[in-house]
Amino acid sequence: MKNFDVVVIGGGPAGLAAALSARKKGASVAVLERDDKLGGILNQCIHSGFGLHYFGEELTGPEYAKRFRDAVLQDSGISVFLETMVLSLSKDKIICALSPAEGLLEIQAKAVVLAMGCRERSAGAIALAGERPAGIYTAGAAQRLCNIDGCLVGKEVVILGSGDIGLIMARRMTSEGAKVKLVMEIMPFSSGLKRNIVQCLNDFDIPLRYSTTVTRAEGKDRLTGVYIAPVDEKLAPILEKEEFIPCDTLLLSVGLIPENDLVSDMIELSPITKGAVVDERRETSLEGVFSAGNVLHVHDLVDNVSEEAAIAGESAALYALGKLPRGEKYAVTPSRGVRYALPQRIQAGEGKVRVYFRVDQVYRGKTVAVASGGEIVKRKKTAVMAPGEMQYIEIDKTALTGDVSIYLEEV
Amino acid sequence: MNTVCIMCPIGCALSVTEESGKIVVTGNSCLRGQKYGESEFVCPKRVVTTLIKGEKGGVVSVKTAEPVEKKLVKEVLKEAAAFRLSSSVRAGEIVLENVAGSGVALVATADYDAK
Amino acid sequence: MTSFDVIVIGGGVVGTAVLKSLASYEAKTLLLEKASDLSMGSSRANSGIVHAGYDAEPGTKKAYFNVLGAKMLPALAEELHVPYRKTGSLVAAKGGGEAGLEVLLDRAKKNGVRAEILSREKILELEPKISPEIQSALYAPDAGVVSPYKLTIAQGDFAVLNGATVKLNEKVEGIERAETGFIVKTSKGEYAAKAVVNAAGAGAKRINEAIGEMSVEQVYAAGDYYILDSKQSGVVNTVVFPLPDEKGKGILVAPTADGNVILGPTSRRVSEAQAERNAVTREGLALVREGVNRLISGVRIGDAIRVYAGTRTSVGSDFIIEESKSFPGYFMLLGICSPGLTSSPAIGEYVAEWAAKKFAFKKKEKTVPLPKKFKLSACSIEEAREKAKEDPAFGRIVCRCEKVTEGEILSAIHSPVPACTVDAVKRRVRAGMGRCQGGFCMPRVMEILSRELHLPLTAIRKGDEGSEIAPYEVKDGYEEL
Repeated sequence: MKNFDVVVIGGGPAGLAAALSARKKGASVAVLERDDKLGGILNQCIHSGFGLHYFGEELTGPEYAKRFRDAVLQDSGISVFLETMVLSLSKDKIICALSPAEGLLEIQAKAVVLAMGCRERSAGAIALAGERPAGIYTAGAAQRLCNIDGCLVGKEVVILGSGDIGLIMARRMTSEGAKVKLVMEIMPFSSGLKRNIVQCLNDFDIPLRYSTTVTRAEGKDRLTGVYIAPVDEKLAPILEKEEFIPCDTLLLSVGLIPENDLVSDMIELSPITKGAVVDERRETSLEGVFSAGNVLHVHDLVDNVSEEAAIAGESAALYALGKLPRGEKYAVTPSRGVRYALPQRIQAGEGKVRVYFRVDQVYRGKTVAVASGGEIVKRKKTAVMAPGEMQYIEIDKTALTGDVSIYLEEV
Repeated sequence: MNTVCIMCPIGCALSVTEESGKIVVTGNSCLRGQKYGESEFVCPKRVVTTLIKGEKGGVVSVKTAEPVEKKLVKEVLKEAAAFRLSSSVRAGEIVLENVAGSGVALVATADYDAK
Repeated sequence: MTSFDVIVIGGGVVGTAVLKSLASYEAKTLLLEKASDLSMGSSRANSGIVHAGYDAEPGTKKAYFNVLGAKMLPALAEELHVPYRKTGSLVAAKGGGEAGLEVLLDRAKKNGVRAEILSREKILELEPKISPEIQSALYAPDAGVVSPYKLTIAQGDFAVLNGATVKLNEKVEGIERAETGFIVKTSKGEYAAKAVVNAAGAGAKRINEAIGEMSVEQVYAAGDYYILDSKQSGVVNTVVFPLPDEKGKGILVAPTADGNVILGPTSRRVSEAQAERNAVTREGLALVREGVNRLISGVRIGDAIRVYAGTRTSVGSDFIIEESKSFPGYFMLLGICSPGLTSSPAIGEYVAEWAAKKFAFKKKEKTVPLPKKFKLSACSIEEAREKAKEDPAFGRIVCRCEKVTEGEILSAIHSPVPACTVDAVKRRVRAGMGRCQGGFCMPRVMEILSRELHLPLTAIRKGDEGSEIAPYEVKDGYEEL
């Protein structure tokens, strides 16, 4: 049995930032990564646009990952286990993992940071009708095959979902030799960043149709086309308006799900984020277990992931070293236009807390309000808010007198 | 020229024209939009990222070291498609100088080991 | 031209059952399958139910083979290490449906199948989430669930291990009579055989026509299914059917042998051309959702991880299991629809005995047992430790959802009937069958296949020819765009 103060599960952007910040507080750290290289999904995100907030410069995914990876590998206080998959985590923080180099690995951790990232929703999860030939993939799988393996999944591409991965892949497929015929979004708005719509679609004259979905796929061995149709207010396809689009590839960018299977029967999960319910230190309902990055809630910017994971890593180190203060906690509840807010708990005390939130539709000129114990403690006027762009509002903990609610005024 | 501002989530639909030597941006709701509209009108630029194939297989990811003029993006991609890498490179090293006559180099963003 | 004693046409559960049974005899056998793997027709897309045998009309072949097969299947599954669970089944009826249950109970008695009618109170002990509408049910304790494709593949593996030949990607194009029996012509060659067994499923009519036998009328019914995430496994314990109607056994809710939940099927009459395509329909899925709600409460469709459709081929109301009168030595297995999976071990034995008797095959003194394969998700921590120490490939997890190691994938690729496609690997070891449906492991499985089969990554297929997953290199033909 090996012993570490802090064990970080996952060596992507969240795990690496958590490991570094835990080290800064003096903890011994282990990072368990299932791939043969640190960096997680960033290694296949070869486009640029990472790090504008965190480093103040525009980096590609592999470059952003390398900065953290180099720092982690240079730190002798961080043990890195590659090709290591965690099989189980017990309530007393014994981790059982498997790797070709170590075989079965048992580790006793004082604190754990969950940084396992998320997975993509599949064709099965959206119950895609029609045939199931080759040619239907999640955008992330196609991205890996393209950017790591150098293989193009098809030449005539239709993309369902205008989330950032779908938009990025529209540009990538075009750049590498395919024709992207159409991007579709079932909602009347995109969950992707405006910048990506302009630079990935508009720059390459790729059409984007809102309120449209795929009704069925056709093709025996290889996809030969998809039927698409506009949807009504209830998102049900209007089948009279169904049309056929010939294509050999359908890429799906239809949502990301935090990968919490390891802990789903152990910690409280939010039905909305599908990630853990945490306090502002990113501590889950199980003492000494922290969560950060896309396993906690799906982010749109890696910069926010790094920031959040640094909080989790620092808190985990403090917990392991017996220095994490405990106190009364207030619940944070979203309502009126706010779909979710995170953290879901705030411990009473001093200092500032950023409450991250997403709205449920596009709002213009609304004021975000935070109330505690029945009194408004913070208001912030915003020009526009979209579900695709995570927002935050900073509050002073000393102003809190009871449970917290966050909502949009005039909604 | 019509474009969409990317400076914030509003996504103002901008219309940019030149009137008697002066660039006029309309549709914006703030100064940042004005500046964005001007730069997109005068000389829009993009960082291009793509893949370079190795002579004996494999790929390496690259980017233009600086943003290049948007009108050169397709030329950059075309030249990248035709180029084959014959030796190993480390992230940060130049793969192809002055791509598409842009004056900008293509730089590896990851390591590549020639087979 | 290579000569065989028996050629079996069709690598479904019935064809491989025949091949498996023949492996007990001193006979030279060949199985021809047109697809890229065994189990590519009805055998891969059905409910996976071991029917107890109360449903078939007494006196029919269906009743005979079902009852016999159901008795054989548990031991066969154990012998071949195929996932099987004896769950029991319920035919659930609303108030007023008791008469229908009595009919089934009567058939059960006549067929010699254990069954009893349960009150709602007793049903609740078995199925706490049974719909409030359900008042009574026929309970058959001997019903169960089995993995149909794993059974098919394991039968093929066993037969090959015991001397049989299996040829995939080889379509039968003609059959001629010869002095010593038959010449079977395929897309790749010619083979001579004393006997030919037609187990071609939906293609059986075509084989009959190829030899010149009577043409039969095949009727095709497609059914839509949902598979739910294993985290829904607590929602149902037994196989729960509604009262059957003229269309079939109806939409069921059941655990699968591998720990998921299966919902379906619908029963849509389809054309011969549609039968080959297995397209899921939105209407069908809607019917499944409705049907399920009438049986079990609280099934979360949101936990679906896959939808698919399968086709059942029938010829008249009963199985046709007989030697051709016009072509002695040509044995026909036609219209083996439900309960074909359950019946298959008995059909296999029956055909093997027919051939053994006709051609005086000697019984082998013993056969080589199919070795049990290591499966990380089913072993203890200590076994995992030992295996990973012995071979690091068993320490490298490739499919995170189903916890499948590289070692297991390698063993599938190098098994007696080798897995040469991503789907073939998936059917054998479940890589890609979990909640992310291969989003993570598919490229990695492709990389392993590419390495082991010495094929470029662009040549790796999902299934049959033409299903290359990523057929181009980046930049291929960039200039043309």
